Amino acid sequence: MALAFDIVLVLLILGVATWTISARDTFAAVVGFIGFGLVLALAWVCLAAPDVALTEAAIGSGLTGGLLVGASARLRRTETTSGETPSISLRLSAGVVCTFISAGLAAIVLELPGKAPTLAPQVAANLAMIGLDNPVTAVLMAYRAVDTLLEVVVLLLVLGGIWSLAPDHLWGGSPGSRHLAGPDGVLPFVAQLLVPVGILVGIHIFWIGSVAPGGEFQGATILAAMWILATMAGLVDMPAVSRRWLRLLLVAGSAVFFAVGFAGFAMAGAFLAYPEAYAKLLILIIEIPLTLSIAATLALLVAGPPERAPQE
Amino acid sequence: MSAAIPYGLCSAVLVGLGLFGLITHPQPLRKILAFNLIGSGVFLLFGVIARRGAAVGFGGDPVPQALVITGLVVAFAGTALAVALLLRLVDETRRGTLRDE
Amino acid sequence: MPDSATAGGFLLVFAIVLPVVGALLSLVLGGRHAERVTLILIPAGLAVAVAIAASIWRTHGMLQYFVGGWDPPLGVAFRADGLSAVMLVTAALLICGIGLFARAQFPSPRGAEKRAPSVFWTLLLTNWGALNAVFIGGDLFNLYVALELLTFAAVPLVSLDGRPETLAAALRYLLFALFGSILYLLGAVLLYGVYGTLDIVLLASRIRAEPAAWAAIALITAGLLAKAALYPFHLWLPPAHAGAPAPASALLSGLVVKAPFFLVVRLWFDVMPKIPERAAAQVLGILGAAAILFGSAVALRQARLKLLIAYSTVAQIGYLFLMFPLAIKPEAGHPWSTFAWTGGVVQAISHAFAKAAMFMAAGLIAEGLGHDRIAGLAGIGRALPISVLAFGLGGLSLMGLPPSGGFVAKAMLLTAAVAEGQWWWALVVLMGGLLAAGYVFLVLARSLAEPLEPLRLSTTISRCRQTIVLVLALGAVLLGFVPLEPLELLQIGRPDIAIDRLK
Repeated sequence: MALAFDIVLVLLILGVATWTISARDTFAAVVGFIGFGLVLALAWVCLAAPDVALTEAAIGSGLTGGLLVGASARLRRTETTSGETPSISLRLSAGVVCTFISAGLAAIVLELPGKAPTLAPQVAANLAMIGLDNPVTAVLMAYRAVDTLLEVVVLLLVLGGIWSLAPDHLWGGSPGSRHLAGPDGVLPFVAQLLVPVGILVGIHIFWIGSVAPGGEFQGATILAAMWILATMAGLVDMPAVSRRWLRLLLVAGSAVFFAVGFAGFAMAGAFLAYPEAYAKLLILIIEIPLTLSIAATLALLVAGPPERAPQE
Repeated sequence: MSAAIPYGLCSAVLVGLGLFGLITHPQPLRKILAFNLIGSGVFLLFGVIARRGAAVGFGGDPVPQALVITGLVVAFAGTALAVALLLRLVDETRRGTLRDE
Repeated sequence: MPDSATAGGFLLVFAIVLPVVGALLSLVLGGRHAERVTLILIPAGLAVAVAIAASIWRTHGMLQYFVGGWDPPLGVAFRADGLSAVMLVTAALLICGIGLFARAQFPSPRGAEKRAPSVFWTLLLTNWGALNAVFIGGDLFNLYVALELLTFAAVPLVSLDGRPETLAAALRYLLFALFGSILYLLGAVLLYGVYGTLDIVLLASRIRAEPAAWAAIALITAGLLAKAALYPFHLWLPPAHAGAPAPASALLSGLVVKAPFFLVVRLWFDVMPKIPERAAAQVLGILGAAAILFGSAVALRQARLKLLIAYSTVAQIGYLFLMFPLAIKPEAGHPWSTFAWTGGVVQAISHAFAKAAMFMAAGLIAEGLGHDRIAGLAGIGRALPISVLAFGLGGLSLMGLPPSGGFVAKAMLLTAAVAEGQWWWALVVLMGGLLAAGYVFLVLARSLAEPLEPLRLSTTISRCRQTIVLVLALGAVLLGFVPLEPLELLQIGRPDIAIDRLK
């Protein structure tokens, strides 16, 4: 029965979440978090949201997990020196407060109106005008395109903010240390096999986003993961962040997005509006550079601030 | 609609769990983990609301689903910035907490 | 409320897009050009803000724009009423002053790109764009993304000098802000779950008094309070604002911390006018009073000038939230509630100018002396008279003495408090004024004292920069000539008028 499966899945999710919170060792907690993300992705599939499931697995679990694993490894040294454990009274009072909050939230959830309000009919009514079959992509790229545009700007600016954390003399250099490809290494071998396949998968997932679950964020994440893998295996090196071509690559997606948005003034009477005949084409024109830009941005976000001086 | 109730309750518990972790863990990295847990709970709640809005042949209301995708990306960006700040702080001070300022 | 975009609505798009595109351009062209791009965009952005205000004034109606041509609830709307227009113009003027002031502190290098200037100018533009997006956003999720952009652009400014103290302050700021965002998002999710829309105007028409709505409002408000550093969520603000470079502190205290307050006003006065919430408003007032008394008292005990000014910000934010118990109307059109509302808005604007001037003056003093210890300020009154004058004029506004915007704001709040019979708020306002006088005079007295030996400045401070600071302080003083009555401009687009014409 579907309900039994749901309950088992929920118990699994809560179990892994509890382990993430209560594990002593930070590394164990992070590993638990990665597992949590994957189980959560299953939940999203059960909630009939495959696009979100893909995004949760890729970004929520994969990229975030990779970021946190790297961080916890670097913080291992300081872990043992910070020997503070919270007092029992704090834990008790926090536990009571949080239980109340959870209970209150659960009560509200159960009280949600029986006839749920929904925007699905409106989305469906205009879908044909845009020429897409995937309603989630339609919301992201057409109805609420300005949210997506601002979100891409957020990604870029956070990258700039992370770069700003480098010391002055390392500004503009390459993130991460140089990984050298050993001649007998397993990792380079695996990477050489996996990366081309991964790139194809990423492109495929981006491409079918217009008709099936997928889209530029999910595809871009896979491309970013492949770039990170290639870097870790020593196949390629992270470029210096002051390189002009890298900066252009990062900004290209949003630049095209803005350009199409402005063209919307002339063509369809409003910013980010699409004329009916060309909507799908325009969305594609935005999505291709956007996927590449987001892939580069995500990979660099995981790589962190520059750690090697630029060689000029 | 009743199919989504277990996940709704799950999201409420996740928010409480994450909040507990946020309050009781002094290390910033554990706090960041707890934040992500609370965020997952909030997004899951949004997903339950989306599922309740299933209509006209869609499995769920696409608008909340799209907003969750946007939220996941923005949350990742926030985590990346927090982690970068933390690592830099640790590099500079060789300590791991916010206690000393 | 018009059914679709009003003529001139496209200006709203430019208000956001101009600074954001400028920031992206700075990223691509390389840090050397970031300053130039900013200086070109400042007059352009100011023109857009003034044009929006002029358009609203001329038509006495709101500006509205549906992005992409899609109507809410499916699409996202930008809306500007009188309050938005005033905040847009304030932001533009302040960014202008901050930009001109910062030219000497973050000069663009001739050779290779340097870290601090590139980051500063790019983030200044981003903050501006995000602020404008908050002021004109009409959709709760769009506002969430705008708030995140604002936070992520403000945090790296705190840690710009790379010292461990500022890194820790930046991390604490980020964690508090993320906490606020999560609460905000949870509230917004609940609102969508019950009412099926995130558009502010549609929510106003659909919202009812029920537990889910109350919980959602409480969550969103709590999240915004954490971002606005209202007591007891104020812990992150003093080290963050004191540790940032002076022009960044001016931006943070003057504008960035006002954005969440602006959204609380939007939420309480535009989304929920029909729900009775007097008790909750009293809670906000109590927190505000605690902020005023606590912030001012701690400011008096500070040894460093920038920390004193930062704690003063904590206190002045409290005044903003005193507006809520006084401006919540039992029924529409209550005259004193409009008084209190106007007072709160004037306080926000005059504090923006005054605090920016004070932080930048403190920055100049610190540059000149090499330190910012209050005990060592003797003789600076002679060495940098214009800066100390600017500091004093800003302090006038904080104390609530005429002529200053602060006096107008506090007088309005006092009058409303007494007229409505909520005299305890009047006591708080007066106490706060006294305490503010305490710490302002503390600094001024030290500055004007004779030093034991003649003071020599470690660097020369240009008159030009001092004059910019003085001009900003005069801005706060000029606001003192605002008449002591509800302003017509601010009343354009108030929900009493709007609700009649909703679809």
